[in-house]
Amino acid sequence: MRLKDVLSPFLAWKNLFREPVPIKDPVNRQAAPRYRGFHVNDMDVCIGCGTCESICQNAAIDMVPVEGIETTREDSGLRPRIDYGRCCWCALCVDICTTGSLTMSNEYQWIDTDPEVFRFIPGADGKPWDKRELGYRKPDNYELYNTERTPMPELAPEDRDKSFIEIVRGYSKEQAIREADRCVECGICIATCPAHMGIPQYIAAVRKNDMEEALRVLYETNPLPEVCGRVCTHKCETVCSMQYKGDPLSIRWLKRYIADQVPLEKYKEILAADGFEQKDKKVAVIGAGPGGLSAAYYLANLGYRVNVYEALPEPGGMTRYGIPEYRLPYDPLDKDIEYIRSLGVKMHFNTRVGKDITLEKLHADHDAVFAATGLHLGRSTRVDGTDHPRVFQAIDLLRKVTEGKEIEVAEKIVVIGGGNVAMDIARTLARLQNRKYGKVGITLTSLETEDIMPADREEIVESREEAIRIEPGWGPQSIEIVNDKIRGLKVLRCLSVFDENGRFSPRFDKDETNFFEADMVVEAIGQGMDITYIGEAFGKELALTEQRKIKVDAFCQSSLPWLFVGGDITGGTDAITAIADGHRAAKGIDKYLNRET
Amino acid sequence: MADASKYRDFFPPKNPDGTNIIDLESHKFVKIWQGPQHPGITGNMSLELIIQGDEVMECKTHVGYLHRGFEKLMERRKFIQCFPLVCRIAVPEPDFNEYCFAATVEELAGIQIPEAAVWMRTLILEMSRLTSFLMHLGGQSGAFGLGVVAQWTNYVRDLMLDRFEEISGGRIYRMHMPPGGVRGLTPDGFDARMEETLRTIEDVMKDVDTTLFNNAVFKRRSVGLGYIDPAWVDLYGITGPNARAAGVPKDVRKDYPYLKYPELDFDVITATDSDIYTRTDLRRREILLSIDLIRQILVKMPKTGEYMAKMPNVLHWQIPKGETYIRSECTRGEYGFYTVTDGSGYPRRVNVRGPSYTHAVALMERMAIDCNIADTAGLMLSLHTYPPEIER
Repeated sequence: MRLKDVLSPFLAWKNLFREPVPIKDPVNRQAAPRYRGFHVNDMDVCIGCGTCESICQNAAIDMVPVEGIETTREDSGLRPRIDYGRCCWCALCVDICTTGSLTMSNEYQWIDTDPEVFRFIPGADGKPWDKRELGYRKPDNYELYNTERTPMPELAPEDRDKSFIEIVRGYSKEQAIREADRCVECGICIATCPAHMGIPQYIAAVRKNDMEEALRVLYETNPLPEVCGRVCTHKCETVCSMQYKGDPLSIRWLKRYIADQVPLEKYKEILAADGFEQKDKKVAVIGAGPGGLSAAYYLANLGYRVNVYEALPEPGGMTRYGIPEYRLPYDPLDKDIEYIRSLGVKMHFNTRVGKDITLEKLHADHDAVFAATGLHLGRSTRVDGTDHPRVFQAIDLLRKVTEGKEIEVAEKIVVIGGGNVAMDIARTLARLQNRKYGKVGITLTSLETEDIMPADREEIVESREEAIRIEPGWGPQSIEIVNDKIRGLKVLRCLSVFDENGRFSPRFDKDETNFFEADMVVEAIGQGMDITYIGEAFGKELALTEQRKIKVDAFCQSSLPWLFVGGDITGGTDAITAIADGHRAAKGIDKYLNRET
Repeated sequence: MADASKYRDFFPPKNPDGTNIIDLESHKFVKIWQGPQHPGITGNMSLELIIQGDEVMECKTHVGYLHRGFEKLMERRKFIQCFPLVCRIAVPEPDFNEYCFAATVEELAGIQIPEAAVWMRTLILEMSRLTSFLMHLGGQSGAFGLGVVAQWTNYVRDLMLDRFEEISGGRIYRMHMPPGGVRGLTPDGFDARMEETLRTIEDVMKDVDTTLFNNAVFKRRSVGLGYIDPAWVDLYGITGPNARAAGVPKDVRKDYPYLKYPELDFDVITATDSDIYTRTDLRRREILLSIDLIRQILVKMPKTGEYMAKMPNVLHWQIPKGETYIRSECTRGEYGFYTVTDGSGYPRRVNVRGPSYTHAVALMERMAIDCNIADTAGLMLSLHTYPPEIER
């Protein structure tokens, strides 16, 4: 023990002569810019995907409805409510937020005597720190999931422009699992899909490489997975929460992957299709398109005896006779249909209802009828010259190509229309031109400008790759004919397609004209329906909507209780809507036939 | 090698014929409880003491007051969800948990983290060590009645927490090292502010030197007390400063180099006397070493670049079957995570190897004997243990 040891501790007393230093002002303290304080949620950006709720290990987040937030196609209408009694401020919710709406403020403290106020909905329940610019934000340098879509292997333009071989080659197992891994299972896609398919469930099954479970999920809502896996309009992908930071999930290609993996022979076993109770009731389905096939499948599963009447020689409707083979080859289509037929569905081809058999007879022989006859009549622009024999309807040409018939292919062709049918015929004709002339001479023109063209974006890109000239934003004025020969199409600049109320009412600029040379014109501006088979007697009793379409209820039941109608003729626009209609009609028919009398 | 079995089998210890060695019926002894609000520990823990006069005859430790079952909780959480959980296993220095857990997951998943993230992790671990030692030093002096040092060291510890807040947005639970990398590099101007903080700490350490280490009271109470025999190091599994103060140069940073420690210039600090004073002094030198290491890291580390590996979707993250043990040198010794995965999205088993378990239970029971009852708090503190890590 030294004297120094006794004395030196007293050096602490030197602090008596220092200024007292308050290190921090606890009330007005500014926290660091990255401080993880109370949450801030941008209500307009948030889509209510609930990924924050999924990752929260404390279960501090609940997705709850909020007044003033409507449920829409891309918004669940729910918003995270955070219980700060459970929150551990780890900010994983901020890191995984798919839209980036959720952040944290750098508010350092908040005192209240009421514990209830510490559970609130950031953004909806206004807080003083909502406008703070500082606070924790997810750094841009990383993501907790893969934002990039797994590219789909496709045929190169030079390998596909002469043939009708399917362009899309399909995912391998590794690619499919990698793509499926990106899903955050928010389920916003389910509400948007017309058939409300269990998308997150089948994607989860892909992830687990459980194809049987995946197929079961598909068939719960969609008996044409091969078809939809190829040509679905994939509205689901337009709302996918992955799109906000990267590419939406390839939901359609994953569906295709599932259907491609399972051989047809195993379907019955996987879907447990044998042994459902047979009922002694018969249902007639008019039209073997997606709507009719879907209704037939679900009715057969409910035990009804189903007769399908189809005017054309083969089943599939527009999916066979409208969509070209390079998008939807016949083999996968046949696979889907073959399975439906294997359930005992009887199909009568080349039987046009109204001509070969009357609706009255169907009604007499069956307990209920479902009509999904589609839109098979091409519409004309009715401009001068459309009565020329070398002016064709796209839908007629596509049907003939499917039937294996020769169609007329000129060296220079103008296609009028900006939808997928226009793309289909343009690309079909381009292939035929390539075979015949060794070059492509197709101009595709549409009223709509490119940003609002109804065709799928990839169709536009691929068409260009196949040397098709696309001229959007022109309205056809007349077809110039010299000496009975078509010279080309005169067009006017189209200023707008729809009026303020969203109704079709194109306006043109008469001063800006253009001329597209051609010796053949194809119109692909939409199709109309032919429902003359309903006949006068039933037609009188049938209620129509303002748009002159058959009025149906939520189960596709018309004002004639035994007659159910669905698909394109009631306003559907694509295969998946028709499939959904078929499913609903099957439920409606079941309800109708089991009604208490 | 000392015989430890005698102290473990029964409490109170028994003779071979089954009678108690210490006859509580004789009225010569008193059995008392110290804790669970024990001044000798950061957290809750009890000592069951048999005393004669003010001398401890026998000691039994009781833990479990902070049991939250972290290891079990982790088996029910996805890998990414374990990340905010593990930091709670050792509150004053959560980052070692984060690092060990992240490193096990990365090893099992085959993820290579970017260079900048490795540097950043090294920096955070060293800052965490410094912060934890500052807190401990205050506690150690406080346990012997010298409260003023605790105020000084807690003040500078708070400055360190400010630096953590700048980096990560969190003060106590930094949560900056998720599996895959780190959540950000140092912000602008950080180096200057860090340097200022380090200088302040150095100044305070000079004051601590005069008031604590040259203090008659502290010396009288700590010199010669709490001797750890170097032979016990292997017997009890002693690591860290407790082992180094006994002259055993155990330091994971040197023995099993990890992160960027091989690129840093430092020597293992050892001492010989192995009493409370020596251990406290060794920790003081560790503080100075950490300050030096932080300076070295700040000079060498990249200030930009990638800091997070490309991650799969963490919500469905499945890690291949495997097992691994990752260790690091925390303030108290070897800190390790043993993780077993079964190919699912959840860890099958996680075992946390914290130095507190060996130091606070078996070693403490051995060392408390013959100690004055007033010194138990100082003794416990000199072993530097954190209960949540005992009963994780």
